[in-house]
Amino acid sequence: MLRFLVRRLIVALLVAATVMTLAFILTRLSGDLAISIAGPNATQTDIEAVRKAYGLDRPVLTQFFDWVGRAVTGDLGNSYFFQTRVSTLIAERMPVTLTLGLTGLSLALLISIPMGILAAVRENTNFDRAVQMIALIGQAMPSFWLGLLLMIVFGLTLGWLPISGTGSWEHFVMPGIVLAFSAVPALTRLTRAGMIQAMGSDYIRTARAKGLSRASILLKHALRNAAIPVVAIAAVQLGFMLGGSIVIEQVFALHGVGFLAWESIAKNDFPVVQAVVLVLAVIYVALTMVSDLLNAVLDPRLRA
Amino acid sequence: MSALLEVEKLEVGFGGNTSAVRGASLTVERGETHCLVGESGCGKSVTALAVMNLLARGGHRTAQRLSFQGEDLLKLDDRGMARLRGNAMAMIFQEPMTSLNPAYTIGSQMTEVMRRHKKVSQRIAIDRAADLLGRVGITAPGLRLGQFPHQLSGGLRQRVMIAMALMCEPQLLIADEPTTALDVTVQAQILRLLAQLQRDLGLGLLLITHDLGIVARVAHRVSVMYAGEVVESAATAQLFADPRHPYTQGLLRCVPVPGKQRQDEPLGSIPGTVPRIGPGFEGCGFRDRCSFADATCARSVPHQVAAPGHDYLCRLAP
Repeated sequence: MLRFLVRRLIVALLVAATVMTLAFILTRLSGDLAISIAGPNATQTDIEAVRKAYGLDRPVLTQFFDWVGRAVTGDLGNSYFFQTRVSTLIAERMPVTLTLGLTGLSLALLISIPMGILAAVRENTNFDRAVQMIALIGQAMPSFWLGLLLMIVFGLTLGWLPISGTGSWEHFVMPGIVLAFSAVPALTRLTRAGMIQAMGSDYIRTARAKGLSRASILLKHALRNAAIPVVAIAAVQLGFMLGGSIVIEQVFALHGVGFLAWESIAKNDFPVVQAVVLVLAVIYVALTMVSDLLNAVLDPRLRA
Repeated sequence: MSALLEVEKLEVGFGGNTSAVRGASLTVERGETHCLVGESGCGKSVTALAVMNLLARGGHRTAQRLSFQGEDLLKLDDRGMARLRGNAMAMIFQEPMTSLNPAYTIGSQMTEVMRRHKKVSQRIAIDRAADLLGRVGITAPGLRLGQFPHQLSGGLRQRVMIAMALMCEPQLLIADEPTTALDVTVQAQILRLLAQLQRDLGLGLLLITHDLGIVARVAHRVSVMYAGEVVESAATAQLFADPRHPYTQGLLRCVPVPGKQRQDEPLGSIPGTVPRIGPGFEGCGFRDRCSFADATCARSVPHQVAAPGHDYLCRLAP
């Protein structure tokens, strides 16, 4: 188990290092940063002044190692636009994104796992077909459109929920539902497929031959094995929700990290863009580690 | 007193176009080893699964009579059946590699069945599991209880399955080719153990096998299955001495007997394979492979008695 942990940790660090490099290179590839920062009306002298002020006149490698060195200690530089530390900016915005992502994932799991199990138990019945149809529709529906529909129905027509902002928990209901909706199809189908496979396996026949209760057969013996791919995908989905909620944060005017990323890209605030990419990548890597660990807990064969 | 297990005219079908078992009958007495023999696909395993009500999805069973210790199994609902399974009647399968849940330890899987059926503490269940592992020839039971299935070889896993089936001291043990995956020395150990348990507990054993060597050593009674029917049933000595059904005769010719067989004499074989038989099939299922077959075999097959306790399905005179 310890060797497993160490190996996963090394892989995670390598991935994080790669992503840092990529994030740095990509922002430099987007054009001459000094020209973008200085703005359209800047003269050549202005641009040179900006280049000097932001240290962009230094060799690229020096800039890179300077940035990496600071980032490792938690110093992500200063935002050109907000004129504050990038780390402060991200720390301010993170709770909104985390709340949203965790709400979305919890809702998605609460819906898709029971639905997947029931669909598997009633394979090829109308219930099963209905579940698969819902999954198909969910997969096909763009989330911004679903968001707008919910806003019209529950926000404007019925007036039950606020349509924008982050003032109270009610503000997270609709965006949470929209985010969950995007994850439900994959998680449901995975749960269903895993359960069908598990229920047809020899060890389930053994469990039945032992006279175990239906609940024990389904939830203890089958679900534990069916859950392994679900955990892996749920981790990816959460990463996607945290990093990819840019659209939803836009639609519902939630000032989370996604919103910040969108603002900074629009304003060429490249230290922020770079930092957001880095932070999200680190979150992704961490989530992958967590899912690997959970899977090792679920399946002893993965602990080697 | 009624027999331990009575099966009369059992029919099993899957989805309407194949009949896996066609009117099979057999009886297992208390303390008896009853061997069910026949080639692959003849319906031995399906018969056993039908008795346990463990048929795969789509499988459907009917019978004139299916009773265990006088209790009508056909009238039991899922709960009633679950109360018996793993408790009074247990089953061992032929696939030791996949029959244990990879996610749980041996100890957890073994104690679970006992705690489900008997009111015992985990401590007692663990002790019994360790004791049984020792009895099926597993050294260091304490170590094994804490291990996962993937840490055990196929032979060990099958011994775990056997020990697990014995946790609740069942009256009936159905063993579907339990020693096929084990090496010969372990086979002998397991068979000796089963024989001993039979004597100790009055355990009835329905042993499914295609190994006539095992049959000759352990069986009190043999039923020969062919294409979903029990074509001949007799006490072991009687069957080996005086086989009546052409299929049984053919099967026995396929077994080399040291001393009786000449070196250069070819070993017998039965031409052809088991036919696929659908519902509405008439006559003898063996007629296409039988050298005694004539036109009457396509119409009906009489059930004949050769001697008390020895009956067979064939038109040939006793």
